[in-house]
Amino acid sequence: MSETPELLIASLYPRDMNIYGDRGNVLSLARRVRAQGFAPRVVDVNPGDPLPDEIDIVIGGGGQDSGQNRVAKDLAQRADSIRALAADGTPMLMVCGLYQLFGHRFVTHTGDELVGIGVLDVETRGGAERMIGNIVLDSEEFGEIIGYENHSGDTTLGSGSRPLGKVKQGAGNNPRDGVEGARSGNVIGTYLHGSLLPKNPALSDFLIGEAATRRYGSFTPIAGANETVLLARESAKRRPR
Amino acid sequence: MRDFFSAVTGKTVRQVARLRGGGSALPGLVVERLDPGFLARVLQRLPYGVVAVSGTNGKTTTTKMIVEMLEARGLRVFTNRTGSNFSRGVIAAAVQECSITGKLDADVAVLELDEAHAMYFIERVKPRFTLLLNVLRDQLDRFGEIDTTAKLLQRIADATTEGLVVNREDRLIAEIGERTRARTVSPPSVREFGLSNALLSTFPSDDDFHAGATEVADSEERPDADVTLIELGDHEAVFRIDGQDFRTELKLEGLYNTFNAAAALSTVRMVTQAPVLPGHPSKYSTETTNEDLVQALAQVRPAFGRGEQLILDGLPLDLVLVKNPAGFRLGLASFDPTGVAVMIAINDQYADGRDMSWLWDVDFTSLAAQGVSTVSGTRAWDMALRLEHDDVEVGAVHENLSEALRAFRETSLNQPRRIYCTYTAMLALRKELAELTEVENVW
Repeated sequence: MSETPELLIASLYPRDMNIYGDRGNVLSLARRVRAQGFAPRVVDVNPGDPLPDEIDIVIGGGGQDSGQNRVAKDLAQRADSIRALAADGTPMLMVCGLYQLFGHRFVTHTGDELVGIGVLDVETRGGAERMIGNIVLDSEEFGEIIGYENHSGDTTLGSGSRPLGKVKQGAGNNPRDGVEGARSGNVIGTYLHGSLLPKNPALSDFLIGEAATRRYGSFTPIAGANETVLLARESAKRRPR
Repeated sequence: MRDFFSAVTGKTVRQVARLRGGGSALPGLVVERLDPGFLARVLQRLPYGVVAVSGTNGKTTTTKMIVEMLEARGLRVFTNRTGSNFSRGVIAAAVQECSITGKLDADVAVLELDEAHAMYFIERVKPRFTLLLNVLRDQLDRFGEIDTTAKLLQRIADATTEGLVVNREDRLIAEIGERTRARTVSPPSVREFGLSNALLSTFPSDDDFHAGATEVADSEERPDADVTLIELGDHEAVFRIDGQDFRTELKLEGLYNTFNAAAALSTVRMVTQAPVLPGHPSKYSTETTNEDLVQALAQVRPAFGRGEQLILDGLPLDLVLVKNPAGFRLGLASFDPTGVAVMIAINDQYADGRDMSWLWDVDFTSLAAQGVSTVSGTRAWDMALRLEHDDVEVGAVHENLSEALRAFRETSLNQPRRIYCTYTAMLALRKELAELTEVENVW
């Protein structure tokens, strides 16, 4: 009897960090994992919960400032484990709030400082400008990435991270640099939600490919993009900010 | 004299604007420029003062309930219909309805306040009573974070002089109630409307959505609120008021409207139990029994597009407005999908909110058994993609609403129909439907 190989997805703080449909990313990733021939197992990790033993992919979303305070404390306590997973090549996708906390620090608009875990070489300040709207990026590795941004955090990249993509339409990390998101190793941070993965299967496939290669030695994709995805991408691209 | 001048000016502008086919807010704009105190003076002269209704969802229908219940008690009510809830719209309506001496022929004003524009209003007029419904997550692209919206609602509560009604089951609104009670300088009295423990899981809050779960922790029985919704049925509900249960039929559609009916009951109780403001003859009997109020509530019909039922091809067609995950989820839970052809129309115009992320927080699996006939709107493909993730089969996708409506009608000729739609999609569909069947004027 051949069993479907499993991939374990750790969903970070779904209770506090799930404000803009971030749950859609987990749903979509699990579906894509199945389409690529694996059995997804999603484990929620809320404050105080243990991290599962064999994590293949880590995924996290965004929340309000109040939720961010709660999870920052919890995240600090497991910083070493997460840094070790990242150093070992575990693929991760952190959206919005957790993108900020995966950086060095987040200074809120009231001047409070939240210390991040420094997996990504980025720093964020609460900005005066709220960056909202449909956004399109160009990325060498993933092609066109399409999402919706909604953040006032103004993020700058250090030399240890490279951007996820160049902004073709929208704001991105901040109103100045013309880039969006950050990557260090197999860790991706981004402000794109909307939700991100349903319309960007190339990103899901990156996470799945890295995870499968780490755990099973190789990855051969069996699913391509479907028509609904392509049409949803096209329609989102045409919409105004 | 000033009132006379402003009233006449406003009425003249209105006449001229009408002759030129102009907008309804223009007289409001002109009067406001010439006489910024006009609205405050006119409204504060009303014997029962001003009732403000705010919150992110359900304002229009709840305002309608309050207005009609007060009217059933014999009060003349000034209100802002059709959601023209900005001050200029209110001033324009006041200009239109007042006499040339600037007297409004009304006993009480019940005004729906958009949480973003309410600040402008409360700087000029202090509500005597305020009802705060909820802080749900739609339109966050316009107002930023939920906490910001809650702060705006707090300021309406702070401006309220005599009585505040809050939703006990909405954490942020309940906290506003607590803070108002704790106010040191002449706090208004605070009442709550709420749910029995048994019904809590039927109305998951936004906090519950963050968890992506529907279960609500079991908690100890709590004391009754001023008005508690304790039982729900098909167009039927039981409200507990003063320890007594009132079972009633309802013409309103949807579970949220039934919960908001508890809010309206509590607000009307507060208004009718209050004395007439000083300087007014108490010409109205304020003795109103709970029985009377519930009877008046039973007569209220839904506001346009809020669970409205039309007849098309001899069969019912429900229009269900959806604006956020909680509302969509409740809409899906409120109406049995069996044997009904379903269309979903999602627009992302400014008035709908541009951000479509929230579709991912709605669970559509209840539609999987029979599928969705037609998906439409500017974000039709986002919706189709969302349904695909819950394994809901989609018959056809037409971004164009009239094409979609035509296709939907043809494929569902012998079935009752239901359309879930966002705000601007609703407006466009009503217009199309008006050519096919009888559609009531906007309330």
